[in-house]
Amino acid sequence: MAARALPDPEMLANGVAARDRAALARSLNLLDDKRPEARRRAAHLLATLPADKLDRSGHLIGITGPPGAGKSSLTSALIQVWRQRNLSVGILAVDPSSPVSGGALLGDRLRMLAHDHDAEGGVFIRSLACRGEYGGLSAEVWPMSLAMLAAFDVVLIETVGVGQKEIDISKMSDTTCFVAQPASGDSIQFLKAGIMEVPHLLVVNKADMGTAARKTLTELRTTLKKQFDPDGWQVPALAVSATKGTGIDKLADTLESHRVWLVEHDLLATRRKRFQAEWILKRLREEFGRFGIERLGGEAGLFDELTRRHGSPFDQYDALRDRFLANWKT
Amino acid sequence: MEKQPTKRDKPWLMRTYSGHSSAKASNQLYRTNLAKGQTGLSVAFDLPTQTGYDSDHVLARGEVGKVGVPIGHIGDMETLFDQIPLAQMNTSMTINATAAWLLSLYVAVAERQGASQDQLQGTTQNDIIKEYLSRGTYIYPPEPSVRLITDVVCYTVKHIPKWNPTNICSYHLQEAGATPVQELAYALSTGITILDAVRDSGQVSVADFADVVGRISFFVNAGIRFVEECCKMRAFARMWDKITQERYGVEDEKMRRFRYGVQVNSLGLTESQPENNVQRIILEMLAVTLSKNARARAIQLPAWNEALGLPRPWDQQWALRMQQVLAFETDLLEYGDILAGSTVIEAKVQALIQGAEAEMERVREQGGMIPAIETGYVKRQLVTSHTERMRAIERGDLKIIGLNCFQQTEPSPLVGEGEGSIMKVDPRAEREQIERLQAFRTGRNQADVDAALAALADAAKSGDNIMPVSIRCAHAGVTTGEWGQALREAFGEYRPPTGIDISLHDSPSAAVQEVRDRVRHTGEELGRPLRILVGKPGLDGHSNGAEQIAVKARDVGFEIVYQGIRLTPQQIAKAALEEGVHLIGLSVLSGSHMELVEDITAELAKLGIPEIPVIVGGIIPVDDEKVLRNQGIAAVYTPKNIDMNAIMADMVDIIRASNGLKPYQQKAA
Repeated sequence: MAARALPDPEMLANGVAARDRAALARSLNLLDDKRPEARRRAAHLLATLPADKLDRSGHLIGITGPPGAGKSSLTSALIQVWRQRNLSVGILAVDPSSPVSGGALLGDRLRMLAHDHDAEGGVFIRSLACRGEYGGLSAEVWPMSLAMLAAFDVVLIETVGVGQKEIDISKMSDTTCFVAQPASGDSIQFLKAGIMEVPHLLVVNKADMGTAARKTLTELRTTLKKQFDPDGWQVPALAVSATKGTGIDKLADTLESHRVWLVEHDLLATRRKRFQAEWILKRLREEFGRFGIERLGGEAGLFDELTRRHGSPFDQYDALRDRFLANWKT
Repeated sequence: MEKQPTKRDKPWLMRTYSGHSSAKASNQLYRTNLAKGQTGLSVAFDLPTQTGYDSDHVLARGEVGKVGVPIGHIGDMETLFDQIPLAQMNTSMTINATAAWLLSLYVAVAERQGASQDQLQGTTQNDIIKEYLSRGTYIYPPEPSVRLITDVVCYTVKHIPKWNPTNICSYHLQEAGATPVQELAYALSTGITILDAVRDSGQVSVADFADVVGRISFFVNAGIRFVEECCKMRAFARMWDKITQERYGVEDEKMRRFRYGVQVNSLGLTESQPENNVQRIILEMLAVTLSKNARARAIQLPAWNEALGLPRPWDQQWALRMQQVLAFETDLLEYGDILAGSTVIEAKVQALIQGAEAEMERVREQGGMIPAIETGYVKRQLVTSHTERMRAIERGDLKIIGLNCFQQTEPSPLVGEGEGSIMKVDPRAEREQIERLQAFRTGRNQADVDAALAALADAAKSGDNIMPVSIRCAHAGVTTGEWGQALREAFGEYRPPTGIDISLHDSPSAAVQEVRDRVRHTGEELGRPLRILVGKPGLDGHSNGAEQIAVKARDVGFEIVYQGIRLTPQQIAKAALEEGVHLIGLSVLSGSHMELVEDITAELAKLGIPEIPVIVGGIIPVDDEKVLRNQGIAAVYTPKNIDMNAIMADMVDIIRASNGLKPYQQKAA
């Protein structure tokens, strides 16, 4: 039996743009594939996807929060509201990998089963293992979310239940939503102490828990009074119940209002460029260390260069990698 | 010479858990069994009936009449008990999420036979709480499920006083891996949850509460370690007595008695050398009969060939005869409690009680059984115990004759090649049942049906007891699927945590290391880590096998997609596509593997991913295995395949073959 042939990237790109589910699935597989030929085709695929969609349309949302806060149930509840509003939805759900075996249990779909019966095929879920990355995401999330942006109106990334310090998701989503547990004061303490990076939206889930949820919400609101993110957005806090379905419409509205705010302030495209630059810098640091970054012109310089240029993440990364290797040899 | 004692105790109720194909076929079977000396009936329902679907629902395909009898409406129930006077019968019904409905149908048939409700005797299992942990025929979220249990309890205490409204099950916990201490702790915690709910519902007066306590019964398992199991029963009796006295203030000792029925262990029955199961079953029966002070009220025994497929009437007769020999030929029933006064037994009983009380305290700290299930705590404990058991079998520390030791055997005359040794459900049964159902629907008064269903929906919302309106639905000709759907709309549906996110702490064996290398290297050759989908299609809720495969596969480095039970072929194919998996593993134990595999293969082709290899595990008869392999299924695993490392290594090679790679060669050291 001959080795299975890799797919043609241009056909895939056309399929993805037409929201062909099989083409999208194969594209995600290709973006995951580390073999050199696959990597070449993946770069070609990303370069062929409609650039305007990747740069400035759709809405890339990140959902993060401690384990057990109900992120998957909340995601499922949001999908329902978005589908009622006729928006198509792509989900990237990240789960932890075992540090010993590398294996992972990808269980988030269990909480989203209701959407399997979506008649129009408007929901697509891909699970990912974090594969040893810190920060609740895996390296594949950024390229994969680009492919999803080409196909869907809303792309939601659900992170591993992380500690409050490491929210890499804020460097990869237009809108970051932090889900807090009622009666767990940790997030508030971290916010007050400035340890936790400020998300764009704080959600207290399990509002059906009553007093505990109200108390947590009040504390959050007090803490957040006049709290702005670095771009100047004032951070709201909401109470919802994913299982009872209350407050979800309001949450969807608030997420949308942040997207509109980003567009109005001309920040959507700028921020996505920043995300890509961050992603490339992280990969370079991993491969070449601080020394390598210095040889390439330093963090600030590289960041600047990357945000000014166009190109797919793989192409940009490969160009810098080649430059480093060339410098190294001379 | 002293005269031998001749006064014998009355034996326990003897039943055989049975039902298949259709109400008519099952009725014939019941009448034959009663003629053979069986003293009660134990009805097995098929999975659509247990999960509230009509036979023509998409999820019912392949499941109709397989693991039990299909009961879609009052017509089926009348046929089932044709010429069996319910006023004189003692009927046990293994039914949970739809217990209120099947009891309503039973009551309605009894009324049509001219019997009054207070004459009826029997048991509804009606323990939906354990369904979230094992067996899996839950429908609704925990809160309405507890309410349904409560409604049946409160209704029967008033109207059907000789009925056992709930049979709290530790049986299925043991099947899911529970240790004796876990069985005690979780079953008794469930008992507390139910009694608290009945008390708090306000449906029963304080004066009548002792009657409620007196009607609660248990359904217990007995495994092969029969001395310990015997002590477990004694511990159960003592703990329940204490709980009902201290927590609920029941003064009458009789009302505090631990009343239980038993089905002995299926978990330890083997597919290899299946005749050995006979001695296992008999030894297990001793555990629940030796102690007069903690003896079972009712016993049903599995058949020797359960791990091979569905038992035939002759196999069930053999199981009944085992009970009769013990009860009528031996002198067991001539003595008082033969274990009383044994210090060894007493010490073991005390140790079990201490362990169980500590675990009950951990459950209590989490807010009780329901919160401890919702967070996944209890299920994780069970999965951990089961994983430890599987590993002990693999290492050979836990010996199972014919499976991991003494495997050499003469050919068994009991197991003929293929079909001979098990029962085959007539493949026409499903189609005929659907035809009867559709004919029944056209023949009923639709206005009555609509009005009854509207009243059912109202009661579900208002909190009125669900039983009177369900009995009205039964008489009006409402179907099982309609009853289930009305409550689905009122209550919603629920999926409990799978519990497979456990950590394994022991250091891996050389075999595990070797499989990890295979998985990792093959992932590198294919450009990305190996991903597999573990799927449970159909309505079968026996998820232990799927859970153990998922836990094992993660431990050797696979990325696993697992979505729990009760998935349609469409859902499985969709998940396989979206998740980009290298292999699909299906687990089916209900006998519907042929239909489900066919449907899933067709769906995969439809989605353009026919190249993904599929393997199947479960209770798959040899003949079916051959057919499945011919249809392109890459491998079939049955209970005799206990070497999990070998299964994992197989999966790697199947993935390699489907991607054009040669079988894995271990790198020379």
